[in-house]
Amino acid sequence: MAEPFLIGDGMTGGYGAADILHNCTIAVEKGQIAVIVGPNGAGKSTAMKAVFGMLKLRGGRVVLDGEDITTLTPQARVHKGMGFVPQTHNIFTSMTVEENLEMGAFIREDGFADTMAQVYDLFPILKEKRHQAAGELSGGQRQQVAVGRALMTRPKVLMLDEPTAGVSPIVMDELFDRIIEIARTGISILMVEQNARQALEIADKGYVLVQGANRFTDTGKALMADPEVRRSFLGG
Amino acid sequence: MDILNALVAFLNFVFIPGLAYGSQLALGALGVTLIYGILRFSNFAHGDTMAFGTMVTILVTWWFQSMGIGFGPLPTALLALPFGIAATAALLLLTDRAVYRFYRKQKAAPTILVIVSLGVMFVMNGIVRLIIGVEDQNFADGARFLITAGDFKTMTGLTEGLAIKTTQAVTVVTAGLTVAFLFWFLQKTRTGKSMRAFSDNEDLALLSGINPDRVVQVTWILAAAMATIAGVLYGLDKSFKPFTYFQLLLPIFAAAIVGGLGSPLGAIAGGFVIAFSEVMVTYAWKKVATYLLPDSMAPDGLLQLMSTDYKFAVSFSILILVLIFMPTGLFKGKSV
Repeated sequence: MAEPFLIGDGMTGGYGAADILHNCTIAVEKGQIAVIVGPNGAGKSTAMKAVFGMLKLRGGRVVLDGEDITTLTPQARVHKGMGFVPQTHNIFTSMTVEENLEMGAFIREDGFADTMAQVYDLFPILKEKRHQAAGELSGGQRQQVAVGRALMTRPKVLMLDEPTAGVSPIVMDELFDRIIEIARTGISILMVEQNARQALEIADKGYVLVQGANRFTDTGKALMADPEVRRSFLGG
Repeated sequence: MDILNALVAFLNFVFIPGLAYGSQLALGALGVTLIYGILRFSNFAHGDTMAFGTMVTILVTWWFQSMGIGFGPLPTALLALPFGIAATAALLLLTDRAVYRFYRKQKAAPTILVIVSLGVMFVMNGIVRLIIGVEDQNFADGARFLITAGDFKTMTGLTEGLAIKTTQAVTVVTAGLTVAFLFWFLQKTRTGKSMRAFSDNEDLALLSGINPDRVVQVTWILAAAMATIAGVLYGLDKSFKPFTYFQLLLPIFAAAIVGGLGSPLGAIAGGFVIAFSEVMVTYAWKKVATYLLPDSMAPDGLLQLMSTDYKFAVSFSILILVLIFMPTGLFKGKSV
């Protein structure tokens, strides 16, 4: 099998002396959705950050589109086509929605009006509120701004750290629909989700992490059907 | 009762001096607030940065004067201002390179940076005194008044005169233009927006590919410009003395904190709040009161709440009140 579009292969490392990740592997294919689930403290966000270069790896490597990017800084990875939406503090609260998107496109030298129009098509509410300060929006709308900002660089891979944290179930479904739409345009999605059941439903690939290591890895459907996964991680 | 004369006396002794002083403080506070918002520390060297910029401007002014270059009725210092700004910007960029960058790389706590800036303050202080001395320097030239008290009296027939000094008019106009430029820059240009983004959320700004070194450099250059303009305007209006500029640090910080640290609009509002409070508390209201009250109630004393020697107490008191009751200031800046 050819190597996946983005893979964090056998990643080992942590923030300080102690390792949080132990030989952990996360990958996503082009235009697909990969979801990382697992109990609290399993290292889901840490695995995501490791793929994005936000912590030093002691072992393993990260490969994007056949290129080893293990030693690149997060900023350099943005230039390579990776977009990252942090779990919190993921918008510029004092700036307008439109300025948030402009800042997302900061590294682009060309005109980005078409990308902005695409983001507005994807999230029509943002177009309506484009001159409003992003900090004044509701939780779900703020997440849309955050995702929109990351899309402005026209990334090949979009990484989302718990995009539905703190939003209502209706808004969550809506966000998942948008995420599927984004994946259909050929962008790979790698996301960490607290709402494991709903996330696995839309996932092409699912990773169940426990204590910083891979416990189960399969398609989203297969994981949903696996009785052990259901019992341990999906509440029966 | 003589409301018109009372109004003119008020304008002449309180409003116009307060407006000019407030503009100077606002420009100073803008520099402080900009550095706080982006570099995240209180820059104690700002008063002495103002002194340095003013000193260079004065030296260039003297050079211009010796060559017979003037600016008509306007002060020659305005022509020398760009040189002062350039020299100050160079000094600040050099200081950043030699001092602040080291601590930034270490991710030093803001309190450490404050103390570092205190050290920078003493060095700048020394440089200025070595070069130009500790004495008072008067460098204002051109026409002294826009309207003299005498002209105003003959024009209006009132007993009270209204004098507008050229330097006061220059102060207000220059401050207005400077602030307009700064706001245009921060709101409309790509670099300005990236500075606001960096101030708002540093991590996300880095993720968006905003170059922190460039943001820091532009911030120092803007701070140098604000400090030099504020210093030169203050010097033209009063006089230049290094020690006075060091003392200006207090009302400037009070202005920035009252307005809300990190908020440019707040810095301007804070500048005027502090300036008008200082002027109003230390002004002897006897004259205005005599015009307003019937003769039988004419005041015996000066009606001065505090002697001008205590004017710093005013900024201090406001500062403390704001910190107790409204720690983020009028415009919701960052709490200190």
